[in-house]
Amino acid sequence: MKYFKLILSLVLTIGIFFALNTKFGSIPPIGKFLNPYTGVWQNETDETVTGEISIPELKDKVTVHYDAQLIPHVFAQNESDLYKAQGYITAKHRLWQLEFQTFASAGRLSEIIGKNALNYDRTERRRGMGYGAEQAIAYMEKYDTETLALIQDYADGVNAYIDQLDPKDYPVEYKLLDYQPEAWSPKKTALLLMYMTKMLAGGDEDLEKTNALRLFGKDNFDLLFPDFFDITDPVIPKETDWSFIDVPQTALPASKAVLDTIRETIEQPNPDNGSNNWAISGAKSTTGNPILANDPHLGLNMPAIWFVMQLSTPNHNAFGATIPGALSVISGFNQYIAWGETNATRDVIDWYKVEFNNDRTKYKYDGNWRDVTLRVEDIKIKGKENYKDSVLYTHHGPVVYDKNFKSDDQLSGYAMKWIGHEGGNNQKTFIELNKSKNYDDYVAALKYWNAPAQNFVFASTQGDIALWIQGKFPNKWEGQGKFLMDGSKPENDWQSFIPQQFNAHTKNPERGFVSSANQHPVDENYPYYIFNDGYETYRNRVINDYFNSKDKFSVNDFKDLHNNNYNLKASELTPYMLKHMDTSSLTDEEKVIYNEMKAWKFNNDINEVGPSIWRQWYGKLYWMVWDEFDLDSTALDAPSTYQTINLLKNNGNHMLMDIVKTDKTETAKDLFLLAFKEAAKKLDTIKREQGDYKWVNYKGTYAGHLLQALPAFSRFDIPIGGDRNIVNATSENHGPSWRMIVEMTSPPTALGIYPGGQSGNPGSKYYDNFIDDWAAGKYHSLNFLQNDTATDAIIGTQTLTPSN
Amino acid sequence: MTKNIINFIATIILAYILSLFMPWWSVMTAAFATALFFPLKKIAVFFVPFLGILLLWFVLSYIHSSGNDFTLAKRIAVLLPLGGNPYTLMLITGVVGGLAAGIAAVFGKQLSLTLKKQ
Repeated sequence: MKYFKLILSLVLTIGIFFALNTKFGSIPPIGKFLNPYTGVWQNETDETVTGEISIPELKDKVTVHYDAQLIPHVFAQNESDLYKAQGYITAKHRLWQLEFQTFASAGRLSEIIGKNALNYDRTERRRGMGYGAEQAIAYMEKYDTETLALIQDYADGVNAYIDQLDPKDYPVEYKLLDYQPEAWSPKKTALLLMYMTKMLAGGDEDLEKTNALRLFGKDNFDLLFPDFFDITDPVIPKETDWSFIDVPQTALPASKAVLDTIRETIEQPNPDNGSNNWAISGAKSTTGNPILANDPHLGLNMPAIWFVMQLSTPNHNAFGATIPGALSVISGFNQYIAWGETNATRDVIDWYKVEFNNDRTKYKYDGNWRDVTLRVEDIKIKGKENYKDSVLYTHHGPVVYDKNFKSDDQLSGYAMKWIGHEGGNNQKTFIELNKSKNYDDYVAALKYWNAPAQNFVFASTQGDIALWIQGKFPNKWEGQGKFLMDGSKPENDWQSFIPQQFNAHTKNPERGFVSSANQHPVDENYPYYIFNDGYETYRNRVINDYFNSKDKFSVNDFKDLHNNNYNLKASELTPYMLKHMDTSSLTDEEKVIYNEMKAWKFNNDINEVGPSIWRQWYGKLYWMVWDEFDLDSTALDAPSTYQTINLLKNNGNHMLMDIVKTDKTETAKDLFLLAFKEAAKKLDTIKREQGDYKWVNYKGTYAGHLLQALPAFSRFDIPIGGDRNIVNATSENHGPSWRMIVEMTSPPTALGIYPGGQSGNPGSKYYDNFIDDWAAGKYHSLNFLQNDTATDAIIGTQTLTPSN
Repeated sequence: MTKNIINFIATIILAYILSLFMPWWSVMTAAFATALFFPLKKIAVFFVPFLGILLLWFVLSYIHSSGNDFTLAKRIAVLLPLGGNPYTLMLITGVVGGLAAGIAAVFGKQLSLTLKKQ
């Protein structure tokens, strides 16, 4: 009996140890997680901003001043130390995010969160994310060991931080998911850049378009998906003279699209990823100084994608938004110039159908068989055996879709040609921009930039403004890559690239301003084939109209424009719908909504109800128009909003307006009423459940933690107006992720803010302290220190010292 | 009663000392050891170390958290979910530690009894 009790108590003891030391599903190992010595209570601390830290790899002393926004102002004696310090300081405040983003890029999330991420991981690997990162490193090893050495410095800095971490100091997310940080390496910086490339140049609709062409025929296709819109106001002004370009567009071969049926395609980046930037000349500025602004529109995440820093050596002094994992300032300024980016989407992904031999070791090309290269992706899964995925590579690129992935074809597949796989030296562009002193330096820095193509806006204290659309662009034949191509025909390959000096650009244009908002880069007169169906058609017109509306602009005007909530899209359709809809059958409740809509002045301000009615009404209408595109077994993308509205107003009797499943043949006018009634029903439900459908509540903007928006670490119901296609592009979980305004005084005076905070620790008051000011349209002055002497704005100083 | 108090205090002190160089389960080791050296009777075997560690972990959590306005505790109390109340989280923390300690103490007591018999 005594032995029984002994054994029972022993079993219980082992049991409780096991129960409290093991992660069950999403429940963390509760003893490890909650104990006050090493658990989350250790993260209940704010950021330290003082003291001396020894970093063995440093050559010289580095001073880091922190201001009240927890922005580090880094003063190093040389570039090598500067980027070590950037790595160290970034890791100190954002370690978990820094690492997690590269895991996401590499398709390694299953390692952290288990088998639910396997499909995601396979997709990223089949997209060739790791392959692309390896190409970038290989390119630098061959052509630019100098940049690679700086990337290694950054890695040394990150690792210096990780090495001196005790497990009790790990960021809370490591404790929650029960894992440890691993060493940083240059490849991780390359992966981060691939992550950005995917986010901004990783979308295409070639396969969806192929299905649409097959189903609806060429005439309908051309009507629904035009290359240019009648109202295009391109990034580079229409009157630009292109006569200096002497390399012609690739000649059109006799090539036909391959009209396969494609069932499903891989996940696409958010089509709202985009941005605004603009700059005005001194002549157009109330103070006589050029002013520049940038606001990149990305997912609103916690921790935020941006980390603001000042980075200086005796030879340069840069300030602005950095991205954890990448070196130097990405959107910012130095003593002489300011720069910012918007996405310059272009069709830089093409798909090729490839046919294999019987054992899938060779594929057909130019009448011969070529060898396939096999890349085995070994995916670690937490708590499970590894999953091995064989990806076949052709000279086009990885065969993403084959019998092992989203396809049944035994002996064929679709290979992806993507600029992201080309290798290159994107990092160098930013390292050089940080040091640039004038227009020529800026142009020289841009040459290294391959992808994702960006509209780089520029202003200098010398008084120049400019905008270059920079990327490595294939010189395509007319129509090349719009649809799936036959991968066995050499004429379908990318034949050459547009010479870099012929990339579209403008310097000091007569109109006194440059701007970009992801619209068409150029008009039809540019001598190369330009295609991308994702071009934005609204923000650019509001921005350019604004700058054409008066002679002089101030920093305050810039703030107003950033926060401009005018819904041009709604203004172009709503009056037409209100006028042409048959209102005789409206109920009293519906009439209330009808009148609310009539009273709306098309501003998406937080207390308006119009934006909510518009969203409901147009949302219902859109899918009534394009019900033909809503097929289960075929991947399809419906036409753009601009073209939809255009057709509703000018082609309202088109056969595609009809709702297929009804007996009646509907026209646009019928759809207005049907959609309105459905919208009204939904709005009444919302009113009953939530009290009202004011825009702020309807939209419910939130900044979600990177781990599936864990409520504990996210911010919800952020009171901000705007929406997609509006200059203030804030939708539910997406919007201006960094707002910057720089006036080119000497030295420049700058404002900046982003929805988040400098600390990645949810236990810090600096975790989300910018969000309220950001939502209210406020800015913080950026304290641009001219030397390493602390000013009144500095709340603490850290010194990083070499060990000996 | 004095035995209870001695065990209570000894468990807390030993647990604190062991925590300086051992993982979280130092509380189990501490309670196991005190059960061997300061044996108790009946339910006190479990409850004295249970309450001792509960108090220790509650107080330590409070000290960490109060210095930082309970910022993270409030969030973790949403995560777990405990209605966002940091004191509930401290109590749960204490109970978790106490439970582990109490059970280890019962094992210690049984072992000491077995050893005595032989």
